[in-house]
Amino acid sequence: MPRKAAKGKKTAGAADLLKELGPDTLLDWYRKMLLVRVFEQQAAKAYSLGKIGGFLHLYIGQEATGTGAIAAIRDEDYVVAAYRDHGHALLKGMDPKKAMAELYGKVTGCSKGKGGSMHFFDAEHRFLGGHGIVGGQIPLATGVGFKIKYVEGDEVVLCFFGEGAINQGAFHESMNLAALWKLPVIYICENNRYAMGTPLERASSLFDLSQKACAYNMRRDVVDGMDIFDVYTKVSEAVKAARQDKVPTLIEARTYRFRGHSMSDPAHYRTKEELEEQMKHDPILTFPRKLKELGILTDEQDKAIQAEVKRVVQEAVEFAEKSPEPDLSELFTDVYAEEEV
Amino acid sequence: MAVLTYLQAISEGMREEMRRDESVVLLGEDIGVYGGAFKVTKGFIDEFGPKRVIDTPISESAIVGAAVGMALYGFRPIAEIQFADFITVAYNQIVQNAATIHYRYGFPVPIVVRAPSGAGVHGGPFHSQNPEALFTHVPGLKVVAPSTPADAKGLLKAAVRDDNPVLYFEHKYLYRRIKGEVPEDDDFTVPIGVADVKRPGRDATVITYGSTVHTALQAAEDLSAEGAEVEVLDLRTLRPYDEQAILDSVGRTNRVLVLHEASKTGGVGAEIAAFITENAFEKLDAPVMRLGGLDTPVPYSPPLEEYWLPSKERVVGALRRLLEY
Repeated sequence: MPRKAAKGKKTAGAADLLKELGPDTLLDWYRKMLLVRVFEQQAAKAYSLGKIGGFLHLYIGQEATGTGAIAAIRDEDYVVAAYRDHGHALLKGMDPKKAMAELYGKVTGCSKGKGGSMHFFDAEHRFLGGHGIVGGQIPLATGVGFKIKYVEGDEVVLCFFGEGAINQGAFHESMNLAALWKLPVIYICENNRYAMGTPLERASSLFDLSQKACAYNMRRDVVDGMDIFDVYTKVSEAVKAARQDKVPTLIEARTYRFRGHSMSDPAHYRTKEELEEQMKHDPILTFPRKLKELGILTDEQDKAIQAEVKRVVQEAVEFAEKSPEPDLSELFTDVYAEEEV
Repeated sequence: MAVLTYLQAISEGMREEMRRDESVVLLGEDIGVYGGAFKVTKGFIDEFGPKRVIDTPISESAIVGAAVGMALYGFRPIAEIQFADFITVAYNQIVQNAATIHYRYGFPVPIVVRAPSGAGVHGGPFHSQNPEALFTHVPGLKVVAPSTPADAKGLLKAAVRDDNPVLYFEHKYLYRRIKGEVPEDDDFTVPIGVADVKRPGRDATVITYGSTVHTALQAAEDLSAEGAEVEVLDLRTLRPYDEQAILDSVGRTNRVLVLHEASKTGGVGAEIAAFITENAFEKLDAPVMRLGGLDTPVPYSPPLEEYWLPSKERVVGALRRLLEY
């Protein structure tokens, strides 16, 4: 499947978006995208040093999708993600210190170290997880959409999941409910081509994934998930439809993960050539290149941004390393909600 | 006898059954080309081909449901749930379809559902659970949980040959950490429903299964140095469990601790304790005690997870209380 949709509306070009949003916004996107990349590079390093345990699924390569999509919503909107969740959490505003501390299993982490990599959560920034069962978060996002509609709010929900999740019943049940009840949810299928080691072609009868929306009479779109401008433009349209008309959308974002499924996966199921070809579209290279072409980013500014992001991540690492382990009594807290008497 | 890891023993059991019987097929996520998340089925697709080693989409409900459908007409599918935690997605197919079809229609449902379970690998709340008690409550299902390589292989082969749905909980912490001698006879099986005394004793019995068999053996070793001889009875099958072996052991030691890694409340231990109280009350010199994982989700934080697990020290402590009662 080509990244660009064969048909459909023309995406606003980078120059149009610069005119509409101004240079500061685009530079802010770059800063955020870079934060996600550098944060995860550090996390991978800490994992190989044994400072992070369990499972670690990296978002490296897919950052343009999360960054462009979350740039298209407001602070009061909601984001629900799957287990490859570090990027979405940071982009929604989670403090990198809390995120890194959670990976380290420290009490200062966003879930006091009890959730780990797959279960980030940040109520204040309306980031509702981080979910470890494939597809399990999709009905939850649908419920948040129902809440918004019920109270006649104008927020929207972005629900992220991988292409592996669309073969779960939970996905299909949610699509139908959202379309039937006209809920303000944008379902973003991040098609990174592989469900762990299984390529899409061996797991789905349909390759043009947004067509699944047709079965539910739902609005749909396809975006180039490596192109932040395309993601932003089309997600913005879906957000407008959700906010104003209470109409859900299914968006397929065609993207690619550069690392294995998790740290323990050497990704032997794909060729080196395929990976190299995909890495030519690395958003962390193509996006700043575009910004330079547009004349809003100089090499010097770029270096300054990189240094700033590295400092933020370094501070997060130091914070995580210095933070205490949870006290053993923390095991028993929060199992149940305690009612105030 | 060959010395195999627990993981190799499971693989060998499946490989032998697939060679013996063409109706044995495997279904699961990334079990073929990838070789399985834990590499239990590594190389299977080369030997048996994609027709019998079936890579599925991430669709646990359809995996188990399809296995049930195939089983109605002569196949003996082994369905792999990548992590036991994900088995809840297939709960309907297991509990409603697989468990009751023979009762309703008289069709045997010879499926095996393999589920790597358990904590100790910092997997966090969705990759560490021991969900066996969700299934031991269900008539029509058989549930096994091996602790050693020999039992792992023998129970796998018995499960494949059984005409009923068998849930096979293999503990992923044991995969490469436990080695042992495994019989090479093609027809070696460990019968379902038969427990095994892993260590004889006279002063108290630990009734357990899966990973905590090893914890119990270590605790028994410690107490032996202090002069107390603790018997370790490995249930191996959780439904139908070996009533006679339990009664025999209670008759020998008169004191029982039931131990499992799964959370204590509502766990398999509750059933065993109730059974003993109903059937051997007069034999008891102390109340039946239980020890399990603590009653919380399994946390990611390594020190919290370690604290959650029923440690050897905790087992020794419980046994001391039991012996002093």
